Amino acid sequence: MAVEPWDGPIADGLKQHFGDAIKECSTYRGQEFVEVGLSSVRPIIDYLKDEEGFDYLVDITAVDYPEREEGKRFDLLWILYSFRQNVRMRVKAQLDGGEKVPTATESYSTANWLEREVFDMFGIEFDGHPNMTRILMPDEWDGHPLRKDYSIIEQDETWVRENLQIESAQ
Amino acid sequence: MATQTTFLDANELVLNMGPQHPSTHGVLRVILKLDGEKVLGTECVIGYLHRGVEKIAENRTYQQFAPYVDRMDYVAAVSNGLGYCLAAEQLGGIEVPERAQCVRVILTELNRIASHLLWLGTHALDIGAITPVFYCFREREEVLKIFEKYCGARLTTHAFRIGGLQYETYDTFEKDCHTFCDWFEKKVDEYEELLTANRIWVARTKGIGILDADACKAYGVTGPVLRAAGVEWDIRKALPYSGYENYDFEIPTGRNGDTYDRYLVRMREFRQSVRIIRQAVDSLPSGPIKGKVAKVFKPPIGEVYVSIEAPKGELGYFMVSDGSTQPYRIRVRPPSFVNLQALDKMCRGSLVADVVAIIGTLDIVLGEVDR
Repeated sequence: MAVEPWDGPIADGLKQHFGDAIKECSTYRGQEFVEVGLSSVRPIIDYLKDEEGFDYLVDITAVDYPEREEGKRFDLLWILYSFRQNVRMRVKAQLDGGEKVPTATESYSTANWLEREVFDMFGIEFDGHPNMTRILMPDEWDGHPLRKDYSIIEQDETWVRENLQIESAQ
Repeated sequence: MATQTTFLDANELVLNMGPQHPSTHGVLRVILKLDGEKVLGTECVIGYLHRGVEKIAENRTYQQFAPYVDRMDYVAAVSNGLGYCLAAEQLGGIEVPERAQCVRVILTELNRIASHLLWLGTHALDIGAITPVFYCFREREEVLKIFEKYCGARLTTHAFRIGGLQYETYDTFEKDCHTFCDWFEKKVDEYEELLTANRIWVARTKGIGILDADACKAYGVTGPVLRAAGVEWDIRKALPYSGYENYDFEIPTGRNGDTYDRYLVRMREFRQSVRIIRQAVDSLPSGPIKGKVAKVFKPPIGEVYVSIEAPKGELGYFMVSDGSTQPYRIRVRPPSFVNLQALDKMCRGSLVADVVAIIGTLDIVLGEVDR
C-alpha cells in the first residue's frame, strides 16, 4: 500500500486558500495528512480550527531524520481532530535544527506542554511560547535524547555525577 | 500573578506539595501559590518517573517493545497493549481474526473496570471516605484473577500480540466473566449507596474543579473528564476499533463538568463495560486467534497514528517505520499527561483541600505522564 493523493473538500479548501504553501495532500492507510511550508503552519492551523472545526489538537510531535538528503532534518507534526466532522488529520512541516517554529499556544492551550516536550526531546524551539523550558528531563540536562545522534546509552555525565553521586546511571 | 489582590492583605504563600505525597498518586510535585486557603495558581513539576520509553522503542524490535507499553499506565496495561498492537497492525496491514478481537474487547473492558475501581477507591480515600477502597480492591482482585488465569500476569499483562493473541482462552473463561459481571453489577449499586447521596461526598465534590466543554477542548482533555462536561464523545463510538461498532452500549455524559459529575460518569461506565463484556462473551466466535504475521515483522515504510479510548482518555500511538525490524519512531500520546495540564485551570480559585479532590478526579497515572 502506497501513499496516495488525498482529494476531498478539506484538501480542496486548503489548496484554494493557501496555494503553494500546501506541498502535498496525501493519504496512507486511510489516514489523511498534509505537508506544508513551515512559515505557513500557523495560518493553516488557525484556518483549520476556525473554518473546518478542527478544535481539538490531539498531539504535537517530531521525527528526526539526520541523514535525509532531500529536505530538512526534522519532521514536525500536528495531529488535529474535528468533533463536528469526526475527522482526524495531520499537518506536517520540515525544519532544520536551529529554526524556530511559531507557537500554537494562543489557539490551543494544550500546545503548551506538548511543545515543551518537543523542545525537551528534540531541541526544537517554539517562538512566542510562554515558558519554553524542559518538562520531563532535568532543567540542567545537556542534550536532547530523542535526536537520532543521541545514543541510547548516552547521558549527561556531569549531571549524573553531581546530582546522583554515582559514576554512571547506565 | 502580581496583579492578584490578596483578600486577607497577607503575602502570597508558596506551598510545595509532593513529589512524595499520598494523594498525588505517584511522584507528582505541585507548587501551590496560596492566599490563605485560596489557590491563586499551581505549577506541576513532572518527569520524576521518566524512563525514556520512546527512546527504548527505537532500539527494540516491534515485538520486543510490546511489554514496555504495559509499564506506562500500569493500572490499565491491557489498554496500553491494545493500542500498541492496533497501531503496529495498521502499520503492517495485518488483519486480526474475529475471535481475537472479541477476546481483546472482553479483557480491555475488564481492565477498564479495574482501572476505574482503583480510581474510585483512592479518590474516595483522598476525600476522606475510607470504606470504598476496601470494597474496590476486593472487586478488582476478581478482575486480576481472570487476567492471571488467562495469561499468568496480574498487572503488566502483555496479554496481546501483534496480529492477535498469544494464548487461547482457558476452559472456564466465559463462565468466569459472566459470574463476575453478575456479581459486580450489584457491587456498583453498593458503591452508589455509599457515595452518590452521601452528604459529605456531595459537599466535597459538587461544584469542585469545574472544567466546561470549551475548556476541555482547548486543553485537549478527553475521557470521562470530557464526557462529564456534556460532550458525548468516545473513540469507541466515534472511530470504532476492534469491533466496538457491533456492541450495543451508551456513552454516559454529565452536565456540569464538576468532580461529582465525573464520579457519576465513571460509575455509569462500570455498567456500560459490564454490558459490553456480556455481549462479547455471548457472541464469542470460534476460529483462529492470530492473524498472518511474519516471524520477522517488517512493516513497509510509512507512518500511522492510531488511538483508543483508554480508561483515562485518548491513548494514541504515532508510529513511523523505515522498513526495518525496529520502529524508526514511536510517539505515545498519553491521556494522563494531557489531562494533567488542565489542573491549573481547575484549581484556580478553589480551596487547598479541594486540590486533593481535583488531582484525584483527573485520574492520572504518573508512569504514563512521565513515560
